[in-house]
Amino acid sequence: MNKPLRRIAIFCGVLIFALLARTNYLQYVKADALNTRDENRRVRIERYAHERGNIIVDGKSVTGSTETKGSDFKYKRVWKDGPMWAPVTGYSSQAFDASQLEKLEDGILTGNDDQLFFNRTMSMFTGDKEQGGNVVTTLNGAAQKAAFEGLGKKKGAVAALDPQTGAILALASTPSYDPSVFAGNGKSDTEAWQALLKDKDKPMLNRALRETYPPGSTFKVVTAAAALENGLYTDIDEDTKSPLPWRLPQTSQDLPNEGSIPCKNASLRKALRYSCNTVFGKISDDLGNQKMIDEAAKFGFNKEIFTPVRADASVYPEDNRPQNAMAGIGQASNRATPLQMAMVASAVANDGKLMQPYMVAERKAPNLDVIYTHEKEEFSRPLSAENAQKLQGMMETVVKEGTGTNAQIPNVTVGGKTGTAQHGLKNSENPYAWFISYAKTDSGSPVAVAVVVEDSDATRDDISGGGLAAPIAKAVMKAVIDSEK
Amino acid sequence: MSVVTNTTTIGAIDAPSRRNTELMMMVFAIAISVFAYANVGLALDGKLPSGMFGYGAGLILLGGVAHLVVRKFAPYADPLLLPLATLLNGLGLVLIWRLDQSPKLIRDAESAFGVFTPSAPRQLMYSAVGVALFVGVLLLLKDHRILQRYTYISMAAALFLLILPMFFPAKFGARIWINIAGFSIQPGEFAKIIIAIFFAGYLMVKRDALALASRRFMGLYLPRGRDLGPILVIWALSILILVFETDLGTSLLFFGLFVIMLYVATERTSWIVFGLLMSAAGAVGVATFEPHVEARVTAWQDPFKCFTTDGACEQIGNAIMSFGSGGTLGSGWGQGHSDLIGFAANADFILATVGDELGLAGMMAVLLVYGLIVERGIRTALAARDPFGKLLAVGLSGAFAIQVFVVAGGVMGLIPLTGMTMPFLAAGGSSVIANWALIGILIRISDTARRPAPAPAPSTDAEMTQVVRP
Repeated sequence: MNKPLRRIAIFCGVLIFALLARTNYLQYVKADALNTRDENRRVRIERYAHERGNIIVDGKSVTGSTETKGSDFKYKRVWKDGPMWAPVTGYSSQAFDASQLEKLEDGILTGNDDQLFFNRTMSMFTGDKEQGGNVVTTLNGAAQKAAFEGLGKKKGAVAALDPQTGAILALASTPSYDPSVFAGNGKSDTEAWQALLKDKDKPMLNRALRETYPPGSTFKVVTAAAALENGLYTDIDEDTKSPLPWRLPQTSQDLPNEGSIPCKNASLRKALRYSCNTVFGKISDDLGNQKMIDEAAKFGFNKEIFTPVRADASVYPEDNRPQNAMAGIGQASNRATPLQMAMVASAVANDGKLMQPYMVAERKAPNLDVIYTHEKEEFSRPLSAENAQKLQGMMETVVKEGTGTNAQIPNVTVGGKTGTAQHGLKNSENPYAWFISYAKTDSGSPVAVAVVVEDSDATRDDISGGGLAAPIAKAVMKAVIDSEK
Repeated sequence: MSVVTNTTTIGAIDAPSRRNTELMMMVFAIAISVFAYANVGLALDGKLPSGMFGYGAGLILLGGVAHLVVRKFAPYADPLLLPLATLLNGLGLVLIWRLDQSPKLIRDAESAFGVFTPSAPRQLMYSAVGVALFVGVLLLLKDHRILQRYTYISMAAALFLLILPMFFPAKFGARIWINIAGFSIQPGEFAKIIIAIFFAGYLMVKRDALALASRRFMGLYLPRGRDLGPILVIWALSILILVFETDLGTSLLFFGLFVIMLYVATERTSWIVFGLLMSAAGAVGVATFEPHVEARVTAWQDPFKCFTTDGACEQIGNAIMSFGSGGTLGSGWGQGHSDLIGFAANADFILATVGDELGLAGMMAVLLVYGLIVERGIRTALAARDPFGKLLAVGLSGAFAIQVFVVAGGVMGLIPLTGMTMPFLAAGGSSVIANWALIGILIRISDTARRPAPAPAPSTDAEMTQVVRP
């Protein structure tokens, strides 16, 4: 009986060998693939296993961590002034993953990033408590507060930039949400999350970066820039060839102006001051679709922008003649995010140089060593310096004696442009009130801002941008200038 | 005195008993377990666990008693079997105790049953009962051949044990438990040993008839019905019972046991061919009409597919991720997350904790310990001098090997999960008790096999006599 016994011994050996092979396959070959699976709860357990690093504004953290009980996640994220900062920080929930900076900078915040490898190895030997690093933002607390409080109960968004560097100074969106209410993974967190998802006001939408609106008359700044850059007009005080009424090309419809404003052959300065649709519609038509697209693209249209949080692409569309003419005054399929319009204002304010917008100034290791510093970077040059100064003159006229007088700040030069964007089928819905502006001091321009207010109850004239949005922009600009002093 | 060496039946005369080797290895096995306790305690609370001395003392007591009994009553037994079983039992206790500390499992148990009862103290008690049974086997079973007398009683007892759970309610989708006085017993674990005794007794008697009095049919030798009939009926009956109880692991085990023993008894390869064909047919058949099994086959094919939908594969998916998380060196005692598997983490899925916390290195070690037990068992079969002992030893070792393969393979996603316990490692009274009895019988057989032959009677022409061997 020994021959079959030996064979059985071999058979049992083969069984054990198969198990050995399998465990090698799982734990060596497939280990990395298994450890990065979405289903793997360990990833999240690890993320919340120790105190998360913080997001810093003005040297103070706007986030924190608190210990939780009754869960395999040890720490929970908390936010100070959650609704105000949510469009910047995003959320980081034990149950619902993370978004925006909390998600993009997760490696730094948890301390697991490869950049922190040396740090981690050191603390393994010294036995220090494992900790996350910090993310230092470019935001200006006062400006953010001004923006958030300025929007108040209204639905809308504010984006403010430092034109000279591209640093994002304010990024507000209302109605907002408090990421703290669903940071855990309990029942109340789920309920809060579900309620936020169902809310028809979409509080979790980051309107400053992720919502595109028709930019309305604020887009006339881009159209004016296109006219100057393409040499269609060189003198902003010279009469344009603009008949009134002006018929939309290839249609039997006249392009209307808001009210009876002096737009016939108005100069560029006057046309911007009164916000003449006929003048800018005709410029757009004269230049043609391609030139308009080219100029808009230089300002950042038709492209997603990473700050590093992604901003939706603003759209200047390829279109037929009448639509292109409408797009030139910010209507038709022309869409822009508040960030995009802030970029337009900042390019003008920075003498034609558009800087890459960004909101992470530094990344710090848990021991506060700086491991990354943002270097300012040029995005493009949509305007020559000369043309930019001409456009500044025009925009300053708008604030001085045009539709944007509400944005005047004593002893500060302010340039701006109002906008009231019609939307809805046949303009049935309330228009969006826009205002883009920049302030200038002796040392150049410290701030450019774009404000949009949705569902304004204002009457449909171009003043509503000036009435509703301009005061918010003014408050933001003032906050930035005051904090510089 | 002349020394007669023989590789198969008679050991060297005056062979060392190897009891001191066994003692050294017992010390080693218990020391590893106690260090493991310390390690878990330090990892979880930063201090030595309070239970460490209790469990340590318990293990030393159990191991010591077992060793002394072997030293006294089975002095020539294989020196490896007892330390290997003690090591696995000790590591199992640490793993179970470690999972008892898991806040997640405590929370889950509290929300499901309102109360959490730690499994480690019970496991220690069951281990004590197991060792007591082990001692009982060695004390009462002076010679394993006595078991031959109980061939048909074993048959009846095995069938009785298998039918019993039919009268008790199903738990976790399988009808394999009986509840007596608050204790849950899985009779299948004991039936495994008893049916091996029956097969060994029956096949020993009938093996010549089975092997020789056969007709050739399509290249295969088919035995006569009256020889094969009874065993086929018993086997088919037990498989049917198990299928009705949806205890597939055990039915696979019985099937493998049957094929192995028949093959060893008859020395005919055709049984292997038969066995493979029948098991393939059986597996496909069961998988198609039993929804419980079908779900497990689906979960095996893609352990992550149903994660978001119905969660039926969450256990196996989590187990596989546990292995991945362990990597080469493991996350360390007490520092893994194998409790994500849920309520069966300390039973069917305990190997996932080994994989997570001890890593590939620990898994290889544990699997090799199992492999060693199996190969020492087969070595015992080779050394045994009587066909009954050979058959019984290979049957028990084969059953052990198949059980390890089916459970470990299931947990690692190598084969569909069938639901059995990892011998010695997993929490479960019946399993640990029955496996201690199994080791006891193997030790008894190995003692008989390795016992030096009595010195030949002095004979004047001894030098001239040739030993004739079959």
